[in-house]
Amino acid sequence: MIETRNIHVSLGDHAAVRDASVRIGIGEMVGFIGPNGAGKTSLLRAMLRLAPIGGGQVMLDGTDITSDPVHAHARDIAYLPQGQNVAWPLTARRLVALGRVPHRTTWMDLSAADDKAVDLALHATDTMSFADRPVNELSGGERSRVLLARVLAVEATVLLVDEPTASLDPYHQLTTMEALKSAAGKGTAVCVVLHDLNLAGRYCDRLYLMHEGAIVASGPPGEVLSDENLAAVYRVTVRRDDRGDVVVDKRLSES
Amino acid sequence: MTLSDQKYGAAITLASLLVFTMGAALFLGYAPLGVADVLWALGGVGDERHVFIVQEIRLPRILLGAMVGGSLGLAGAAIQGLLRNPLADPSVIGISASAGLGAVVAIYYGFAAMAAIAIPVFAIGFSITAMLILVWLAGKDASILTLILAGVAISSLAAALTSLAMNLSDNPFSLNDIILWLLGSLANRSYTELFLAGPFMVVGWALLIAARGSLPALSLGEDAAASLGVDLRRLRLQIIFGAALSVGGSVAVSGAIGFVGLVAPHLVRPFVGHDPGRLLVPSAFAGALLLVLADIGVRVLPGETELKLGVVTALLGAPFFLWLIIYTRRSMR
Repeated sequence: MIETRNIHVSLGDHAAVRDASVRIGIGEMVGFIGPNGAGKTSLLRAMLRLAPIGGGQVMLDGTDITSDPVHAHARDIAYLPQGQNVAWPLTARRLVALGRVPHRTTWMDLSAADDKAVDLALHATDTMSFADRPVNELSGGERSRVLLARVLAVEATVLLVDEPTASLDPYHQLTTMEALKSAAGKGTAVCVVLHDLNLAGRYCDRLYLMHEGAIVASGPPGEVLSDENLAAVYRVTVRRDDRGDVVVDKRLSES
Repeated sequence: MTLSDQKYGAAITLASLLVFTMGAALFLGYAPLGVADVLWALGGVGDERHVFIVQEIRLPRILLGAMVGGSLGLAGAAIQGLLRNPLADPSVIGISASAGLGAVVAIYYGFAAMAAIAIPVFAIGFSITAMLILVWLAGKDASILTLILAGVAISSLAAALTSLAMNLSDNPFSLNDIILWLLGSLANRSYTELFLAGPFMVVGWALLIAARGSLPALSLGEDAAASLGVDLRRLRLQIIFGAALSVGGSVAVSGAIGFVGLVAPHLVRPFVGHDPGRLLVPSAFAGALLLVLADIGVRVLPGETELKLGVVTALLGAPFFLWLIIYTRRSMR
């Protein structure tokens, strides 16, 4: 379980996160939504203590970890940043095995448990078929699934995932959300930043809606994705299709 | 096939090749010694001149070649892993240039004339100083880019100060020494240099090899590496000090020998699955092998003047560097 209490993040003069209190419990899958620049990524980075915390607390399973260094909780919190740069042409399998780094010492080889975790992660993300290909030869979408597998392979109790479905085709957007959902089903606290409101609504147990650094709404997707909230935060009007999914209608005028 | 099946094949192969080449190098040189002469001389028996040539001239030269090449190969691999850039090299972050400046200062101000050990001491001292400045400039949480730019600045400053020392030198004898120093060579080295610089190099190697577990995670970028438990600040210091000690010690005994730290990791990388951690030890062996081979070339090439080793590695290394730039640009698109 991970929790922030009245957390503040300042990037230069800009308050990226303001007074944000969130709590993601064991086995819960929670989505963070909001327009560009709303502070979703900064909040995730604050949970990791990667972003400069200007006030408030980060709690892991009830313990205050606010001032612990980033590397202190590698087995507990796994993080998938945005982007898909990989410095060297490692094979997909070798890249996924990096998720096992927190479980090993310098000269230790991968154990049977490590190999098993890597295989499970490759299966869960539908990447086994190109496990032995170098990641620089994969397409952008294939590579981001491999990177997701790397995070799953950590087998952490908290999973912080930043826009995992960007650049994925529809089929693999669903694969990815299902993989995260199944991680949550095994008792992981999953926090996922999403831009696709319908994926967020369909897969997440709860949503936090962020706007200008603050949490402006939270709760079950049906409540958070209300017409009023979307109009206020995203400045769009929406319609609903027959299964209740959001269809963006048009921009609201500036006034 | 799982990853745990892949062992230390590259390291073992390269180490065997290195031992074989070092052995072969004992039999090659100006003095025409037969195989039996060399073998007897190794045991300390036979013609006194033969014993001297083999034990006091060839052996320290070969050992130093392997140690210097190994240091450069290892430091190159570690720095490339840290900077996540196959074009990085000890010279890129200013270690070689600063060590060279230290040596030049020792020669220019006459410390070297007072005691020969001044050159190694100054070279190591200057490279450590340069690295401390680098860490101070780059700050606690500097990005890789800042580190590279700081290295470039330190390199340029060291080169400028070296030129200044040469410019101001009113003693043509010491100017000649400086120029010869800058060319880089293993000729006429003795156990004195080996024992003086050796311990520094060994400490440096230990620091660099200990980065084996952390470097692979850095392939994913700094944030992801930190989230995987890598203490970035410690890793940076470890590699910077490790490289300063091993490369500073190397430059102290051999002068500036470039490009080994660039070529060795590149040649080995495909054989270790491009893993920057598993690259370290094989790259050290490859660097040692390359330099011992290059030194054999220098010794057996006919000619009035022996070519300087640093000149040969630069002649071979610079075009390789250019090719690598083109190759890297293409493959990263």
